[in-house]
Amino acid sequence: MNSADENFELREIQRLEGHTDRVWGVAWKPATGVNGVPAVLASCSGDKTVCIWEQSPATGSFQQKAVLEETHTRTVRSCMWSPSGKLLATASFDATTAIWEDVAGDFECISNLEGHENEVKSVSWNASGSLLATCGRDKSVWIWELLPHNEFDCVSVLQGHTQDVKMVQWHPSMDILFSCSYDNTIKVWAEDGDSDDWHCVQTLGESNSGHSSTIWALSFNTNGDKMVSCSDDLTVKVWGADIMRMHSGDGNVPWAHLCTLSGYHDRTIFSVHWSREGIIASGAADDAIRLFVESIDGLVGEPSYKLLLKKEKAHDMDVNAVQWGSTENSLLASASDDGTVKIWQLTSSS
Amino acid sequence: MTLGLINANPVVHAKKERVVRTEDSHTDDAVDPLEIYDFVRDIRDPEHPYSLEQLSVLSEESITVDEKLGRILITFTPTIQHCSMVTVIGLCLREKLKDHFPPHFKVDIKVAPGSHANEESVNKQLNDKERVSAALENPHLRQLVDECLYSSEL
Repeated sequence: MNSADENFELREIQRLEGHTDRVWGVAWKPATGVNGVPAVLASCSGDKTVCIWEQSPATGSFQQKAVLEETHTRTVRSCMWSPSGKLLATASFDATTAIWEDVAGDFECISNLEGHENEVKSVSWNASGSLLATCGRDKSVWIWELLPHNEFDCVSVLQGHTQDVKMVQWHPSMDILFSCSYDNTIKVWAEDGDSDDWHCVQTLGESNSGHSSTIWALSFNTNGDKMVSCSDDLTVKVWGADIMRMHSGDGNVPWAHLCTLSGYHDRTIFSVHWSREGIIASGAADDAIRLFVESIDGLVGEPSYKLLLKKEKAHDMDVNAVQWGSTENSLLASASDDGTVKIWQLTSSS
Repeated sequence: MTLGLINANPVVHAKKERVVRTEDSHTDDAVDPLEIYDFVRDIRDPEHPYSLEQLSVLSEESITVDEKLGRILITFTPTIQHCSMVTVIGLCLREKLKDHFPPHFKVDIKVAPGSHANEESVNKQLNDKERVSAALENPHLRQLVDECLYSSEL
C-alpha cells in the first residue's frame, strides 16, 4: 500500500447535483457499501435540506433517494447517522438538531432537540449510539442521551470554549468527547465516574504546539490512538495518546502533539477525515482535496506524514467536507460551495 | 445598538469623477479592480447617509486582484478606530460582490492596517465564511445590509 513505486489516483466517479445552495457536509450510512448492501450517503446544505443518495447495485451510480425538507428553517450545517444507521441527526443554523428515522423509504423527523441559543454547527453520535453531542456559536457543547422510544434527554451543557464551537466528535471507542473552536483550541471532555458530571479534562492550545487560528475539524484513526485536526492557520496537526492507558480505565490520558503538516495548504482547511486504511484526506478553501499517509522514511519513534496526492480543482469552489466510505470500495465523498457532492475512488497502478 | 451615532461627525469627501466604462473595455474572464470598485463605491455606510467612497472607507486602492491565483483582496478603512459597524460593511461588500466573479475566485476582506483597535479579531470574523453565511441569514442584519446596498445614490 505504501510502496514508493505505486501511483495513486483519485478518480471522479460521479458528481451529484440536486442541492440549490452550498453543500456543507456529507455522511456515509454505516454498514452500507459492504456485503452487497448498496452504499448510502446523506448530504446537507445551505438550501435547508438534506439529500439521501443511494448507489445502484446494477450501474454503480448514485441516485437521489429522498430529500429531507420542510423541517429546518435555515442552513443544515452537519449530519451524522447513528452507528446502527437507523437514525440520522441533522444540525442547523436554526438552532435545532433534528432526528430522522427511515420509515420504509420515507424519512420522518421523530425528534427535535432545542436548547442552543443560536446556530448549531455540528452533531456527533458516540460509538454505541447512546449519546449525541452538539455544539454551536453560543460557545457551548451539549450532550444528549437517547432514551427508549427515541426520546432525548439533555445530560450536560458544557461551557469552556470562549468562542464559536465548530465541531464535536466522539472518540471511536471510548465515551470521550472532543470539540474544536474559533478560540483556536481543542477541548477534551470526559465523565467523572458515572455521575453525568462531564468536564473538560484537557485543552490543546498554542502552548501544546496547537493551532494558531480557528480549528474547523478533527478526525480519529481506527485505533483511536491518533487524532488529526485542521485549521484556518493552514496546517494539519496529528495528535496521539496512550490508548492502552485509556482502555484500562485511566480517565485522564493526555493527548500530545505528534506532527504538524505545514506548507501544503495556502487557504483554510475545512475538513479532515482519517480512513480505516490510514489515509488522511483534507478538503480546503483552494478547491483541492489532498491525501496524506504516514511516512515510513521518518526517524524511528517520530511519526511523520507525507503527501500522497493533491487533487487540484476537485470542485469549482471551496471543499467543505471530505469523508471516506467503507473500506471495501475505497470511496471518498466531498461537499462543496459549488452546490455539488462528488464521489471519488482511490485507485493505484503499480 | 447605541442610540447616538458612534461617529457623529464623519469627514465627507467629494465623489471622485466617474470614468465611463464601455461594454468592450474588458473581456468576460478578466477581473478588473476598477470595475469592482465601481460596483462597491456607492454602498451606503450603515450609519451615515453617505457612500463608502464619500467617507473614504473605500478608494480605488482598496481593491487588489491576483488573476493568476484567482484572489481578490479588499481593504477598507473604517471611519474611527472603534467602529462597531466593520462586520456589517464586510457583509455588504460580500453580498454586493456575490456571483460577480468566476466561481473559483476567493475574496478576502480586511481593515486597513492600523485602522481599527481590534484589527486581528475583526479580520478573523470578516473572513470566517460560516460566520458570514449565518449572519446573512439573520433577518435583522439582512435588512441592514439591504438598506446599505439598495438605497438610491445620493
